Amino acid sequence: MSRSPRVAVLVFPGTWSDRDFAHVAGLIGWDARLVWHTETDLGDADAVVLPGGFAHGDHLRTGAIARFSPVMQAVEAFAEAGGAVLGSCNGFQILTEAGILPGVLLRNDHLEFRCDWQPLRVERAAGPWLGELLPGETIRLPISHGEGRYYADGPVIDELEATGRVVLRYAEENGTVTPDANPNGSLRSIAGIVNERGNVLGLMPHPERAAEAEVGGTDGLRILRGLEAWLISQPAAAERRL
Amino acid sequence: MRWLAEVHVRLRPGIADPEGQTIAGGLRSLGFAGIEEVRAGKLLRVTFDAADRASAEAAVAAMCSRLLANPVMETADWELSADQAAVGVQS
Repeated sequence: MSRSPRVAVLVFPGTWSDRDFAHVAGLIGWDARLVWHTETDLGDADAVVLPGGFAHGDHLRTGAIARFSPVMQAVEAFAEAGGAVLGSCNGFQILTEAGILPGVLLRNDHLEFRCDWQPLRVERAAGPWLGELLPGETIRLPISHGEGRYYADGPVIDELEATGRVVLRYAEENGTVTPDANPNGSLRSIAGIVNERGNVLGLMPHPERAAEAEVGGTDGLRILRGLEAWLISQPAAAERRL
Repeated sequence: MRWLAEVHVRLRPGIADPEGQTIAGGLRSLGFAGIEEVRAGKLLRVTFDAADRASAEAAVAAMCSRLLANPVMETADWELSADQAAVGVQS
């Protein structure tokens, strides 16, 4: 029987969801290691998480300074090799600044910081993180951001849509995608996308804040739980874990 | 020698700018008639050393493309001048 997943949780100056991820990792038997941004080696990690927060104070642009942290070279190489990467909120912003995911996250169209439970429609349930979800189902996760308005050029958006890389959309409770249900003005109500190979997920919502019934929901746990089955299904990943 | 680059980072045309829209609304509510549009941006004053104008220009261009602006959403343009304050200090 293979060991439990080893997950590197990155910590930049100003990251605030790292301990929440580490806490949830404990709930599902992951071996989580907090990795400071100046480290250059991800060790034997099976997956990498970029948590939410305000890395480097969000100065200049969200994620703009963090993307040049020493650890990001290792993350780029890890993603390039097909490793499982999840960027939530500020982590998503860092992944777009680093060019690991396309597009950018702009100021919310109403300029407010929005902290709320948000229904999301699952457009595609595949890859390391979404394998336990069902396509077309509605899940609920907390959002907590001031800069979540997803934007990319028309051709980029069209390609994301055509290749099924828009995986989560802001929706009403019944799963209908409407302008009213869009909490930040994101193009096409985009809440989460994956890279071309599908191994890197960026999403504005916080799965780690929806991992225990006591806090209001467990859909986030279902996202993180997908990792283990995915690792077993990946020959390269499985080999690394022997 | 010492150079001063004043770098203007602007949202690309066509990208919604809620901050600029809010400022425009503020101006209108103060009674400034005929406000058509406000676009918010950033002004960055960078002082740095470079041997000559050509290398200073090249350095600013590299700073903009690598860090100061994100081409997905922004453009950058700049004015480059010899840093008068620094000249004054040295003389």
